[in-house]
Amino acid sequence: MTEEEADYDAVFNDVEAATPLPMGHGPTITVGDALIEDTAPHGPEGGEVRSSGSVFRQMSRVFVENKLAVVGIVFIVLMVLFCFVGPHLYSTNQTNTQEALINSNANQPPSSQNPLGTDAAGFDMLGRLMYGGQVSLIVGFASALVATVVGTIYGAMAGFFGGWADSLLMRVVDVLLSIPVLFLLIALVTIFHQSELLLILVIAFVSWLIPARLVRGETLSLRGREYVQAVQVMGGSRRRIIGRHIIPNSVGTIVVFATFQIADSILLLAALGFIGLGVPTPQTDWGTMLSNGVESAASGYWWQIYPTGLCIVLVVMAFNYVGDALRDSLEVRLQQR
Amino acid sequence: MIGFIIRRAGQALVVILGVILITFVLAKLIPGGEAKAVLGPKATPFNVAQFNRLNGLDLPVWDQFWRYVEGIFAHLNLGYSYKYNQGVRQVIGERLPKTLLLVGTSVVISLIIAIPLGILQVVRRNKPIDYAVTSASFFFYAMPAFLLGTLLIIWFSFDLKWFPVSPPADAPATAIFTDPRAFVLPIITLSAITIASFSRYMRSSMMDQLTEDYTRTAKAKGATNRRVLYGHALRNALIPILTLLGLSLPAIVSGALITETVFNYPGMGLLTVQSAFNDDIQVVLGTTLVITVATVVGSLLADVLYAAADPRIRLGS
Repeated sequence: MTEEEADYDAVFNDVEAATPLPMGHGPTITVGDALIEDTAPHGPEGGEVRSSGSVFRQMSRVFVENKLAVVGIVFIVLMVLFCFVGPHLYSTNQTNTQEALINSNANQPPSSQNPLGTDAAGFDMLGRLMYGGQVSLIVGFASALVATVVGTIYGAMAGFFGGWADSLLMRVVDVLLSIPVLFLLIALVTIFHQSELLLILVIAFVSWLIPARLVRGETLSLRGREYVQAVQVMGGSRRRIIGRHIIPNSVGTIVVFATFQIADSILLLAALGFIGLGVPTPQTDWGTMLSNGVESAASGYWWQIYPTGLCIVLVVMAFNYVGDALRDSLEVRLQQR
Repeated sequence: MIGFIIRRAGQALVVILGVILITFVLAKLIPGGEAKAVLGPKATPFNVAQFNRLNGLDLPVWDQFWRYVEGIFAHLNLGYSYKYNQGVRQVIGERLPKTLLLVGTSVVISLIIAIPLGILQVVRRNKPIDYAVTSASFFFYAMPAFLLGTLLIIWFSFDLKWFPVSPPADAPATAIFTDPRAFVLPIITLSAITIASFSRYMRSSMMDQLTEDYTRTAKAKGATNRRVLYGHALRNALIPILTLLGLSLPAIVSGALITETVFNYPGMGLLTVQSAFNDDIQVVLGTTLVITVATVVGSLLADVLYAAADPRIRLGS
């Protein structure tokens, strides 16, 4: 009920007029409790003191209440363990092509020896899922990190300098964003050729544009705040204002973006891998594994397709759910500003 | 309105010039230089020097850029493919209409399905069907196009044999109208994620309209729910969809690249992928430039439609 609606109700209904308005509109003064209310301690801004803990605790409560997000986090942790700890518990050969062909047969269906069967080169599929997952997760995390850091600095600079510099910097972003991302990605991969490190940089290069826009918008709104102006008056340098005040205050937006970006980076790498431009052999990633599986799809080797596909979809969904929940809990904080 | 179109077209032109600059810079970044990219990796130093002199690649960078821009605008010169041994423009030739028709058909079908789906969700909001559509759109949202396409081929082409994997390689671009059966799976693959995101957007856009003051006024004046929904809310909710369409075009075109690769459909996307394997960088840069220009023009059209549909923009400028 908004205050306005409450006013209407008050006109028509005496009983309701006596009940206090909903919380969140400053100190409520009702006849009986007026004295007690006034003596209660007030926060620095004169609002009511919150009893439900720090902002951080409230944010984490909203996050934990979101069941899907908790499932997402748990799934991501399990996946990381599966890919990075798994190979130590379940040791398989994933690099020696000759040995793979000697020791086991190619395209074997799941059995007690190979729980998820083998691929066309004779590699164990379960072990390969872990091995390829390492590359997919590392590239996903790393490129999202690089993209977020670069985009944040770029956007904060554009928003803080404003004027001509801002227009020029943001036109560059507009131009790059208008190029369909896979075409740009393929052009870059063709020029610079694939390696794990270059793939991280190339995926980051097509992904830093959105955080640049987000942080610029955030900076524009922060720049006008009193405390930033106060720092300026006190002689704080631009670098100090951007580094110590503007970026830390946009950190919520940045973290939410980074979470979604990990999902997107994993998908971009998978798409490149599927096309055949993923990490070079003998390394592999989930997209490359899927594309290898597709070549024998007509033969009905389902174990070469479904587990890999499921891994990609579930990891992407998990990161998206976590991102959603982070955004929701960020809104809790924003509401309290 | 005219002012808006001119301003918007000016922005589009700036973006196109920017993209030309980017492809130019990328061409300069090729290891070993452009000569290697055209003559192939086995070119002798003498041939490289000769090529550079003939094509003005020994001139200052600034002059080279002007020649590049002039070549594009005056002669539609997009470079030379060493693999196909002809100009990039000739290589692109019939592949551009194929991709444009694929993307266009997918966009139209997506709109036809997504808009009623969004309305249905609003009408039946918080009922089982609403939750079902929401879950389905989240699922398709997380489903990468290459995986969906692969599964569709396995299920409906290999197992059930309902549809062919792709149209014949030598089919003309118009085959999409004459032989629609061959395009069912590619169109589903390309449209699924668009339908998912557009119907989500349609739903929330219409929900927003239902909380607006004018909806309350219309209800207070005695308009039926039906009339409020279709006469007022729908008309206003449709407008932002056009903006969304303009913004989504680059992503849809990226989806077309994947779709063409999965279904082996010889459009711009497959050409780009094959040329990447051939190290035919001039073709890759050429297709990137052409497809970006097409996307920018498409977004421009969507924005003009948006302005035509929304009097606030049409009359405001």
